[in-house]
Amino acid sequence: MSKQPKPPKPDELAKSIEYKTPETQWMETPVKFKPGMWCYGSRPKYLEEVGMPNPREWSPADDDWKLPENWKEIVLDGMKDRLGKYRTFKLFMDICVRCGACADKCHFYIGSGDPKNMPVLRAELMRSVYRKYFTTGGKLFGKTAGARELTEDVIKEWWYYYYQCTECRRCSVFCPYGIDTAEITIMGRELTNLLGLQTDWIGGPVANCYHKGNHLGLEPHTIQSNIEMMCDDIEEITGIRIEPTFNRKGAEILFVTPSGDLFGLPGIYTCMGYLMLFHELGLDYTWSTYASEGGNFGFFTSNEMAKRLHYKIYAEAKRLGVKWILGGECGHMWRLVHQYLNTWWGPPDFLEVPKSPITGTVFENAKSTKMVHVTEFTADLIKHGKIKLDPSRNDHLKITFHDSCNTSRGMGIFEEPRYIIKHVARHFYEMPENTIREKTFCCGSGSGLNAGENMELRMRGGFPRANAVRYVHEKYGVNMLANICAIDRAALPTLMQYWVPEVDVCGVHELVGNALVMTGEKKRTMDLRLEPLPGMEDEEEEE
Amino acid sequence: MPTLEFQGKQIEVDEEGYLQNLDDWTPELAAYMAQQDGQELTDEHWEIINFLRDYYQKYQIAPMIKILVKEIKKTMGPDKGNTKYLYQLFPDGPAKQACRYAGLPKPTGCV
Repeated sequence: MSKQPKPPKPDELAKSIEYKTPETQWMETPVKFKPGMWCYGSRPKYLEEVGMPNPREWSPADDDWKLPENWKEIVLDGMKDRLGKYRTFKLFMDICVRCGACADKCHFYIGSGDPKNMPVLRAELMRSVYRKYFTTGGKLFGKTAGARELTEDVIKEWWYYYYQCTECRRCSVFCPYGIDTAEITIMGRELTNLLGLQTDWIGGPVANCYHKGNHLGLEPHTIQSNIEMMCDDIEEITGIRIEPTFNRKGAEILFVTPSGDLFGLPGIYTCMGYLMLFHELGLDYTWSTYASEGGNFGFFTSNEMAKRLHYKIYAEAKRLGVKWILGGECGHMWRLVHQYLNTWWGPPDFLEVPKSPITGTVFENAKSTKMVHVTEFTADLIKHGKIKLDPSRNDHLKITFHDSCNTSRGMGIFEEPRYIIKHVARHFYEMPENTIREKTFCCGSGSGLNAGENMELRMRGGFPRANAVRYVHEKYGVNMLANICAIDRAALPTLMQYWVPEVDVCGVHELVGNALVMTGEKKRTMDLRLEPLPGMEDEEEEE
Repeated sequence: MPTLEFQGKQIEVDEEGYLQNLDDWTPELAAYMAQQDGQELTDEHWEIINFLRDYYQKYQIAPMIKILVKEIKKTMGPDKGNTKYLYQLFPDGPAKQACRYAGLPKPTGCV
């Protein structure tokens, strides 16, 4: 298999979207693997490193996927096991009435026009197999009861479409039964992973995370050196030298953020914002070079893998003897903390209920997880007037806010980031109501789909989000898309470059870092990107 | 597994042409990879490729683009210490193309 093609030009792609019914019934419409719509198969070493089944060289483009001989038995046993273990899975297989409320709510359907991207049909890909092997009606009446045989082509179809879903859960907001189609995708990925059908872009981070504590595979001294480089830049901008601590036992707070913030652009500017804020507060906190990842690509693999990779954050908190954990701007990390942690491991009893040492606020909402989102922490600081801000430093920005799927639908963080942005900047504009908050449109690259080879898929899936950004860009001149997720910070710049190139992307704490008035700082003439701050040079001359 | 034939040897690469085994790398192979892209490696290219390789030795990952820019600024002066200059040398992007010639794997995760 050679390199996949670049996506077509934006106007060509937009014109290619057609919402029409295929000529044949869905079961008779074979799946066609379109170039640019799927990710490469995982190289075997990643599977071997974490003990996942069937490590081998394989490519989704090949006819022969080199499945284990008894692949059918493995999948059906896997389904049976999970139907017994997870009540939601059983329920979601049974209760859909095919009302179609979800059909046009999926960003991948909107951007591709492929009916199998309607959440109802994406789920039907699996329900049809469930009926055949696990229901009396399906066993007796087969196709007339919506049942079908499990074949290798079905496995390929599952794989193709369960990696065209970002598990964003927008469809579930509109489902009158509350069916969470993300859970069906999660099952689809679990079952195909039993056959060794991992993608390289997920397999790599999973193996890295297991070995080195983070997706990128950053070594402890690399993390330290990257953060020191950020501190050099902060010194250049503010004249203040920050010296953060690493792996420090006895610190009050452990801070954990996605490793994208330690490496990628514009993630590192968000990270500089954290560093500046915590320094200004004199916060007694430490970084960890072991719990050096907020995200968890294990979640895009299987429940067991997610559980296995997740706990290191708490193990490290215990080892260091901190009181509680502060978490950075990450997306799916928060879904796991809020919706999975307590089921997996029970509330960690060795930590205390988080209490802000600056304001005295007790975060009751984090009572069982002992982990506070940095926007909750910072919004609380602003509310109590504990930090000095100069929002005029962000005057050159016209900002809109993209609600990340997992923090919005997964834990209900809507107000905190907006509250912060409105205090650190003066030009904030909302995107249309049905594209934000719990109805937010996904970046199109979540759940491990932010690879390079599936760019057409990403640009299609991100189209509804980009369309809403374009709307506020044209109406209000918006030029900055703020967010609180590292996948967003990695994926949205490419999406904007493609659909709305006038708009840049930043984390909320980058804006905080720009506006934060630090004790003893020199006059700011640059923003955190070392770009000149518009207007500030003139002001200096006037003085 | 795709391979690249070079000096009579089959060298394993991934779908995008990155080396699978770092040990397969030689300066001649780098020059050959560039040649396949219709590019000739000048001293300026080598300056960057060598820096990438040294950095990888020490840190086990390709450097952030910012670190690369800073380093080039330090050794080659502010005229060249910017992303524009790097993109002139490596039109496909320094993170991708230069890393490929240097034999480094591409970073994965939230990047």
